[in-house]
Amino acid sequence: MSRSTPVATRPRPKTPSPAAGPLKRYRSSVGKKAVMAVTGAILVLFLIAHAIGNLKVFLGREDFDHYSHWLRSVGEPAIPHRTFLTAMEVVLTVAVLLHIWAAISLARQARQARPVRYAARPKAHENRYATHVMRYGGIVVLLFVIWHLLDLTFGAVNPKGGDAQPYDKVIADFDPSRWYITLFYVVAVILVGLHLRHGLFSAVQTLGWGRQRRYPAVRLAADVVAALLVIGFVSVPVMVTIGVLN
Amino acid sequence: MTELFTEGAPVEDTKAPDGPINERWDKRRFGGKLVNPANRRKLSVIVVGTGLAGGSAAATLGELGYQVKSFCYQDSPRRAHSIAAQGGINAAKNYRNDGDSIQRLFYDTVKGGDYRSRESNVYRLAQVSVEIIDQCVAQGVPFARDYGGLLDTRSFGGVQVSRTFYARGQTGQQLLLGAYQALERQIAAGTVEMFSRHEMLELIVVDGVARGIVARDMITGEIETHLADAVVLASGGYGNVFFLSTNAKGCNVTATWRAHRKGALFANPCYTQIHPTCIPQSGEHQSKLTLMSESLRNDGRVWVPVKKGDTRKPADIPEDERDYYLERIYPSFGNLVPRDIASRAAKNVCDEGRGVGPGGLGVYLDFADAIQRLGRDAVAAKYGNLFEMYERITGEDPFEVPMRIYPAVHYTMGGLWVDYDLQSTIPGLFVIGEANFSDHGANRLGASALMQGLADGYFVLPNTISDYLAKGPFEKIDEDHEAVVEAREAVKGRIEKLLSIDGDRTPDSFHRELGALMWEYCGMERTDAGLRKAIDRIRELREEFWTRVKVPGENEELNQNLEKAGRIADFFELAELMCIDALHREESCGGHFRAESQTPDGEALRDDERFAYVAAWEYTGGAPVLHKEALEYEYVKMTQRSYK
Amino acid sequence: MKLTLKIWRQKNAADEGRMVSYEIDDVSPDMSFLEMLDVLNERLILDGEDPVAFDHDCREGICGMCSLVIDGTPHGPEKATTTCQLHMRKFKDGDVITIEPWRARAFPVVKDLVVDRSAFDRIIQAGGYVSAPTGSAPEAAAIPVPKEDANKAFDAATCIGCGACVAACPNASAMLFTAAKITHLGLLPQGQPERYDRVVKMVDQMDAEGFGGCTNTGECTAVCPKGIPFETISRLNADLLKASRG
Ligand SMILES: Cc1cc2nc3c(=O)[nH]c(=O)nc-3n(C[C@H](O)[C@H](O)[C@H](O)COP(=O)(O)OP(=O)(O)OC[C@H]3O[C@@H](n4cnc5c(N)ncnc54)[C@H](O)[C@@H]3O)c2cc1C
Ligand code: HEM
Ligand code: HEM
Ligand code: SF4
Ligand code: F3S
Ligand code: FES
Repeated sequence: MSRSTPVATRPRPKTPSPAAGPLKRYRSSVGKKAVMAVTGAILVLFLIAHAIGNLKVFLGREDFDHYSHWLRSVGEPAIPHRTFLTAMEVVLTVAVLLHIWAAISLARQARQARPVRYAARPKAHENRYATHVMRYGGIVVLLFVIWHLLDLTFGAVNPKGGDAQPYDKVIADFDPSRWYITLFYVVAVILVGLHLRHGLFSAVQTLGWGRQRRYPAVRLAADVVAALLVIGFVSVPVMVTIGVLN
Repeated sequence: MTELFTEGAPVEDTKAPDGPINERWDKRRFGGKLVNPANRRKLSVIVVGTGLAGGSAAATLGELGYQVKSFCYQDSPRRAHSIAAQGGINAAKNYRNDGDSIQRLFYDTVKGGDYRSRESNVYRLAQVSVEIIDQCVAQGVPFARDYGGLLDTRSFGGVQVSRTFYARGQTGQQLLLGAYQALERQIAAGTVEMFSRHEMLELIVVDGVARGIVARDMITGEIETHLADAVVLASGGYGNVFFLSTNAKGCNVTATWRAHRKGALFANPCYTQIHPTCIPQSGEHQSKLTLMSESLRNDGRVWVPVKKGDTRKPADIPEDERDYYLERIYPSFGNLVPRDIASRAAKNVCDEGRGVGPGGLGVYLDFADAIQRLGRDAVAAKYGNLFEMYERITGEDPFEVPMRIYPAVHYTMGGLWVDYDLQSTIPGLFVIGEANFSDHGANRLGASALMQGLADGYFVLPNTISDYLAKGPFEKIDEDHEAVVEAREAVKGRIEKLLSIDGDRTPDSFHRELGALMWEYCGMERTDAGLRKAIDRIRELREEFWTRVKVPGENEELNQNLEKAGRIADFFELAELMCIDALHREESCGGHFRAESQTPDGEALRDDERFAYVAAWEYTGGAPVLHKEALEYEYVKMTQRSYK
Repeated sequence: MKLTLKIWRQKNAADEGRMVSYEIDDVSPDMSFLEMLDVLNERLILDGEDPVAFDHDCREGICGMCSLVIDGTPHGPEKATTTCQLHMRKFKDGDVITIEPWRARAFPVVKDLVVDRSAFDRIIQAGGYVSAPTGSAPEAAAIPVPKEDANKAFDAATCIGCGACVAACPNASAMLFTAAKITHLGLLPQGQPERYDRVVKMVDQMDAEGFGGCTNTGECTAVCPKGIPFETISRLNADLLKASRG
């Protein structure tokens, strides 16, 4: 059984002086959660857009490639090539980093908060799976995103290489012979869905809108959005693998 | 009887102002000396207890600028026994426009106390009651409100007006949390220093003046001395002398008893209140009794079988074989007679062998009629949470089978004698809340204990204590002053003694036996012969305790049995005094019913000629000395109560 | 009934602590859980063993003194019930029952099943009050409070400060306890002047005491003997965010 310094003897924490600036407030445990919720919401918006974009693959090669092209040329010539996409990438990167920073520091705080574990397996009364899915699932999602970028954005791990058109990359990627890649994507996307199932509900609570009479609706909405996203994402690789798209 | 006690000089309340009763409190406040705010910082006060009385007093004294040290035996001041009070708190606000007034609350309280309380004190209590509600609302106590957003009230305990403010069934909790939060605010501000899990074990008296306490740190076992310019005891009641009561397990008499041994007079120890609607004992293992709100009697009908030893299920007993005895004996009040009367009637039918449930110690409280009349839903809306609590404890559903209830010890009107300033006979020692004997006479009305605790703590003591503190600065006392060392050594000696006996009986086994004895002979009905027998048995049992008790472990640790043993030791001494007090008071009044003193139809019979006084007892080590404080009634006429 | 009890024994804060098994056979279904432990302790004393230390006082579910994690659940298997109100008829003959103290760094073990919960008092000290010095109160009827607000404030105010929420939370977070006080005072007109200052200070103190952060798991409300609603947490979040915005 692990155990830190005998806790009863540790000095009593004094009431900290009220935080100096407003930014500092976001370093409290509650503030970090707000950071997670806002960055999480940005990521969700991206995912919704991304899923819709992906579905264009069913409209055919032109539409899909055109969409990819459009992402890079939107606003031209008013703004230079790739401005929108770069801006989006910056926002996403910052959001992911903040999201992960908050997740890690909250997880660490939580681990320190219970140095001695229970002998009896704690009984779950609520959706206790949430914490596990959120933390460990989050890591898997992160690994997936890295793979995914190397795969479909940079093409480093894609059979077609980096210079191919997006449509080709997708078709090649999920070729029936590469069913394991598809499987990996499907599992990852389901994990993302589980993350969002709790995440969307949780964000509402964190941002202060949670009320007893709204909870059933919020839970339902979170489940629906998560499910739609999962279906939307999964449909592309699956359809390619079973040969509907080629 | 003379061998049991002797009589000394009468006592007098020298602080009580005279003149018209409604001007006395003003007059006293004006007559008392004040302490200049700059000097308050230099004066220190110890407050033992963080219930409604102690919590509110410590917070208020801290706000005034005194240096306060506050003590409680629980792990947090928020857990004092006041938290358990359910029903409500009285105040003469007259928001209902139903004829209430300070005068009426005063009148009801004096009458309810069966003419054994002081008029001046009770009048002040009624005056201050109004401010209490204002104070608590300002603190954020969530009292019940009506649809207009204004404060709601209900009627309680047989009075004819609706003056009881409440917060669902948790009024005591909400009031205590208000006081606790005010206290924590002062702790943060540095005016109050809090000592949780500290038990006061001795009073320090230097040259006849209270100057501090000896307390045990209940985690380390360290015996600490705390010195101050005045000491306030707010340590609650002593109903646990009966072992089974509605009090919290830790409630004890130690703080006040130790002060009594050091010279503070103990007043009216035999006045105990027995509450009629508690859940009966289910077996030998029972550790405490749970109160069911008195409001249940509004709709439940009380009955027992007509036949003795009838073991049929209640549903199988036909109407004409049931005895609705309260309705039969008291046709005009029926099931709503006052607490003492309902309790005694239940005892009588059980003594006749007609009681129900385990051991025949229970009567039915039946809701069948109410369910038929009002519908199950309406009954559930009114009493649902109480029914659930009952079911949790007994495993029986009151919707299906009648509840079983039995009386239980609930409150102690007796306590340390105090004057109008709430100061005991030891200068510098003040006593507030249930720990003093003050305002309820021989019987307390429902919802009046919370009122008294907060009146004492928020408004009375902080005003009267300044008259005493204004005498300062006081001589500085050192830890090695002779009187201090002696008090500390006495505590250590007692603890060592308790730990060294190493006998063959547990502390609880003694407590149970003492409690059973007290319940039998000094409970709902007392007789000369029974009390004498009890005194003999208590003495024997106390001997046995000091030779056979086994207290495991050591002092230098959390030792819950050592704590218990020390409390039980003091209960033994108190128990004897209670019996002597009950024996000498050859009348029936309020919670004290002497079988020898009853009307032809079995009601309590007061003897105002001989007993219209407060019995204040002095500790001698041998036979106690009785000092009488005569009670005079100028504003309320003494009459015999009748509820037929 | 005959039972096997596995009880956490720890002599003091410095001791390592261990689970010890006890057999007990004369348990009646009418006993409360604590009375069952009383019976065990009476036997241990006579056998010359150290009785089991556990906290309790009122034994009627209101003081918040009793604790105990019973088979992994704070306050045991019955919903909305404190340990002192739990009765043995909820168990079966032959059951093995595991009994542990609250586990949290902020609640160091004092002895056996007794923990130090003074961190809760310090959270209240940080701001869990209305500054209303005695004597300064306006007439009670001067400010009406809408019945619904009064009721909701009351629901939150019924917290008994037992700490089961911390014991159950996978993060050992004190959020529900803190949120209950924030909600109680925040819904009443009397609590308004200090409302935003209060939430900042109380959350800071909660973090300083070493509790974990809340990730909206909801275990706390599920075990809370007083059913403090989950929405109190969202109300706290809302107030903190408002305070942070300036
Ligand atoms: C179940 C129940 C319901 C009730 N309902 C009502 C009601 O509805 N209305 C009403 O008006 N009254 C009611 N009462 C009565 C009322 O609750 C009490 O009389 C009142 O709360 C006593 O308050 P107090 O401040 O004097 O003492 P308590 O609240 O008992 O506080 C005693 C304090 O002293 C401390 N203490 C005791 N001994 C020591 C020691 N040796 N060393 C250190 N600290 C010590 C304790 O830690 C505690 O903090 C009820 C009582 C019970 C039992
Ligand atoms: C990259 C790795 C990720 C990790 C490690 C991670 C981790 C976490 C964790 C630990 C939480 C808190 C869980 C809780 O409330 O119980 C959380 C919340 C959340 N996450 Fe993620 N996450 C990741 C990626 C994502 C992505 C890609 C999205 C969106 C598309 C997302 C959206 C959310 C949302 C909306 C929340 C809810 C915030 C809140 O509770 O208020 N996360 N995440
Ligand atoms: C499972 C089905 C998915 C498919 C078919 C898919 C497809 C693609 C494709 C083709 C691109 C390249 C777009 C371009 O360069 O124009 C891309 C980029 C990206 N995808 Fe996906 N994706 C899927 C799921 C996901 C998921 C679940 C996430 C996140 C959790 C994700 C995150 C990203 C990111 C961050 C980019 C980079 C965007 C950028 O360049 O700025 N994708 N995806
Ligand atoms: S919120 Fe519930 S579980 Fe937590 S301390 Fe309060 S009453 Fe106990
Ligand atoms: S269980 Fe813990 S994570 Fe939050 S919702 Fe309750 S405090
Ligand atoms: S002992 Fe008071 S709540 Fe359990």
